Amino acid sequence: MGSQGVGASVRRKEDDRFLRGKGQFIADLRLAGMKDVAFLRSPVAHARILGVTIPDECRSAVFAAADLEGVKPIRAVSGLPGFKVSEQPVLAQGKVRHVGELVAMCLAPTRAEAEDLAGAVSLELEELPAVHDMLAALQPGTALLHEHWGDNIFLETFVDVNIEAALDAPIKVTREIRTARQCMAPMEGRGAVAVWDHRLGQLTLYTSAQMPHINRTGLSECLGLDHGQVRVVAPDVGGGFGYKGILLAEEVCLAWLAMRCGHPVRWIEDRREHLTAGSNCREHHYIITGYADRDGTLRGIDCEATVDSGAYSAYPFSACLEAAQVASILPGPYDFPSYRCRTYSAATNKCPILPYRGVARTGVCFALELVIDAIAREAGLEPAEVRRKNLVRPEQMPFDNITKKHFDSGDYPESLRRAVAAIDLAGVRERQRRGEPDGRRIGVGMAVYCEQAAHGTSVYAGWGIPMVPGYEQATARVTPDGGLELRVGIQSHGQSLETTLAQVANEILGIDIQKVKVVHGDTEYTPYSTGTWGSRCMVMAGGAVAKATEEIAGRLRAIGANLLQAEAAEVTLEEGHVVGPKAAVSIAEIARTWYLRPQDLPYGVHTGGLEATVGYRPERDSGTFSYAAHAALVAVDAEMGDVEILDYVIVEDGGKLINPMVVDGQIYGGLAQGIGTALYEEMPFDASGQPLASTFGDYLLPGPTEVPAPRLDHMETLSPYTVFGQKGIGEGGAIAPPAAIANAVNDALRGIAVEITQSPITPRRVLEAIHGSRAREQARASAGAAS
Amino acid sequence: MKPARFDYERPADIRGALSLLGADGAAAKVLAGGQSLGPMLNLRLVQPELLIDVTRIGDLKRIEDRADAIVVGACVTHADIEDGRVPDVTRGALPGVARNIAYRAVRNRGTLGGSLVHADPAGDWLSALAAIGAEAMIVGPSARRTVPVEDLMLGVFDVSLEPSELLEAIRIPRLSASARWGFYKVSRKTGEFAHAIGAILDDPDRGVCRAVIGAIDAKPIVLSDARPLFGGGQSAERAGSFRPGLADELLQRAGITDPIARQIHIVALRRAVIQASSR
Repeated sequence: MGSQGVGASVRRKEDDRFLRGKGQFIADLRLAGMKDVAFLRSPVAHARILGVTIPDECRSAVFAAADLEGVKPIRAVSGLPGFKVSEQPVLAQGKVRHVGELVAMCLAPTRAEAEDLAGAVSLELEELPAVHDMLAALQPGTALLHEHWGDNIFLETFVDVNIEAALDAPIKVTREIRTARQCMAPMEGRGAVAVWDHRLGQLTLYTSAQMPHINRTGLSECLGLDHGQVRVVAPDVGGGFGYKGILLAEEVCLAWLAMRCGHPVRWIEDRREHLTAGSNCREHHYIITGYADRDGTLRGIDCEATVDSGAYSAYPFSACLEAAQVASILPGPYDFPSYRCRTYSAATNKCPILPYRGVARTGVCFALELVIDAIAREAGLEPAEVRRKNLVRPEQMPFDNITKKHFDSGDYPESLRRAVAAIDLAGVRERQRRGEPDGRRIGVGMAVYCEQAAHGTSVYAGWGIPMVPGYEQATARVTPDGGLELRVGIQSHGQSLETTLAQVANEILGIDIQKVKVVHGDTEYTPYSTGTWGSRCMVMAGGAVAKATEEIAGRLRAIGANLLQAEAAEVTLEEGHVVGPKAAVSIAEIARTWYLRPQDLPYGVHTGGLEATVGYRPERDSGTFSYAAHAALVAVDAEMGDVEILDYVIVEDGGKLINPMVVDGQIYGGLAQGIGTALYEEMPFDASGQPLASTFGDYLLPGPTEVPAPRLDHMETLSPYTVFGQKGIGEGGAIAPPAAIANAVNDALRGIAVEITQSPITPRRVLEAIHGSRAREQARASAGAAS
Repeated sequence: MKPARFDYERPADIRGALSLLGADGAAAKVLAGGQSLGPMLNLRLVQPELLIDVTRIGDLKRIEDRADAIVVGACVTHADIEDGRVPDVTRGALPGVARNIAYRAVRNRGTLGGSLVHADPAGDWLSALAAIGAEAMIVGPSARRTVPVEDLMLGVFDVSLEPSELLEAIRIPRLSASARWGFYKVSRKTGEFAHAIGAILDDPDRGVCRAVIGAIDAKPIVLSDARPLFGGGQSAERAGSFRPGLADELLQRAGITDPIARQIHIVALRRAVIQASSR
């Protein structure tokens, strides 16, 4: 064993179909009689709807809010005290609250004709002042999105852990830090096909989703259907990143339509819908102060953070998960005694904010790590030294931090030490003294984070959102020919779980992974699960598969011992065989006997047979904490504002790696997205709330030439709480790059007193900062001359 | 994001295309590589009644090698130039420009003529061909005419073609052996449209010294005599003599009030000059 089991870098089973172009995504589905839907969307950010006029000739093919009788609005309530509830009608009612909000659904034989219909509907709107900025949203007198609230605040949170004690620190740095609104931009957008089956009395919704069971629950609630009347299938899904963990108004509309129109209906999101109306994320604002001693010891962090939550609370994660998370995770991997944080989830006339890979961590890491560098500059210390001084130490593990996060294991300072060595910090400092032949300025920057993953009931019960993960279940079923089926409620859309869960089963049972079929993404075939999010699958579904296959292993030993005429205690399961004192019998032979030749077994050998569903929860479900130190070397062209990444190092610890090659792939992908956040991606809005980057011509994503080949180094500190010691690592790559790159840019420009505090770091922002610094310098000089 | 209804014709020759245009040119759009028109149709930014696909017209892919120039059919693709299927009379200048246009998939289909007629100021050919002194050869229902490339464009997405006319070919002058060329494009990532273009052609043997400041959200600034940029000397041989102040003045005169935008354009031009003088 071992060549295919836990820890083996086997090739991905799913790649055969993907690389041959045989994947089956939503837009590949062809159902007889299927028609297309296009939506008429709000052209403005905030308005009262005075009328939706549908021409008589298309009255039977266009549906507005008044037609959707009995459909409930989407409600994602948080149990946190003070949370204000938004009701998102699936087609706008009374008001529109963001550009792109659905107003009418248009049905036609093709998408082009459906768009013609949408063009024929006329909308009478009375425009209202748009709330386009989260800080303005909080000001009294600003227009209100949900009038009965009295303000634009979904939730305000506050925590204070003895901040008083830090106030006399000799070093105090305050920064205003902003991260841009982004879109998630998976290769495949969203899309859905809905069809009603009269025989089964069941709606089937095929949808590009990462949490099909949650979609099913949400759909049932909005449409008033029994769960048994709803089947959700997520076929091959071309990337999710959080965007596909949301119940969409479009899905509810399509389901409603399919129940009435007598044929399948389809909606495929186009890129303009995606960018302007669907997938907003990441927009944070911080006023953050770091307190430290002169030797770099952190005394405290004080922060006021605002998250632009958009117009509605998205199901199931809610409008406040992101901001409330800021408060709990801002302290990062550091140990310090004083902390205060106030957060606001601001409602604005933008589409709802959704959790994107890393969720609040990318913004939090950016804010905190920029402050760490600012403290280092103020203290005249190497930033790595300030980090080293304050990271939680291995001998403190497991460690409960200042916000009661329970870090399970790890050696944070060692990851930093390795990163410093790999990027050759001393060599960079020497090179900076020499200067670059091409006149650019180089700089080195670092960021360290830890990432809570697979956090379960104990964490989510406190948030009180519609979805709290409990036991994760898996079904394992040996087939009559000795193969294995695994049925899991998660969905694999790039995580390689068809391969890695098969590896877990191979580790326990020794069955060749090519004979292990992983069934996922279909509510009809799989146990209930909250799905794929929060870097949870390898811990939770991996753990459940381990437990289910261990159960099967026991039964195989019992039946096999019978066939070997040995005692159950005398046999072992090795390399796909039950081995007794004198002979061995293969799993295939045991399966054949159980299913097809039961006469060869005594009565009552094991009534459960070779199929078992077993639930799993880690001994402690407060989450695993993977972590990493990132180090970036950049060159800044101070004339053009251009930033080039010259070298990038990631030292990462994800506990036991089930498939190291897959982990590397996750890190590469996350890094690419992190570089997008750092340097390219931004969805700007004008003062009337119009999103301005409506195509990939304006919304820039990094391409292959913008993403360097990083140098990866793995540590493997086992988690004490999981089956193999594995930790969730899916999001980490996207967390630290903006912080590491911004710190590197600031290191490059420190000689000319330039500090960037906003992402993405565009050429314009760099040049504006340089011009600003020059203007300050001149003002100082002339003030000096005058005196 | 699907086009509104339109009719589609694919004429076999120029005469066929002109007669379709003549019927009602204002309601028709000419389709060549479709790399800009395709997305604009899908976004319904343009909704023509008729699409005239000119890609089957052999005469529009013709290449004529003359003593002093090469005449290139309007439907020749960027990749044709990149790969050397069009003989290069520019000592590597134009293949170098072609190689950095968008992505290979775009270059396989996108055409020289389509790019010029689309008149997006951020497009590469408009600036590059203006700098090199190329001419647009236009055919109409009754006559042919030739205009310098810089006079083809009137403004953003606006060209001096009558609705009944078609861009037939581009005449590219043969550079002399001593010619020097610099082309510097500023974009934030590979394949992106330009935010600034600086281009310079210094060919003293032919008495030519031209420069272009392009991608300025308007017609490019073309200096048919660029010597004042270098203090009025005979040529741009020494990058050290470059006068950024003059470029800044031209940009201000073109209405660019943002000092950061002007800085980027000036540095782009200076870097083009450095390229030219280091060759």
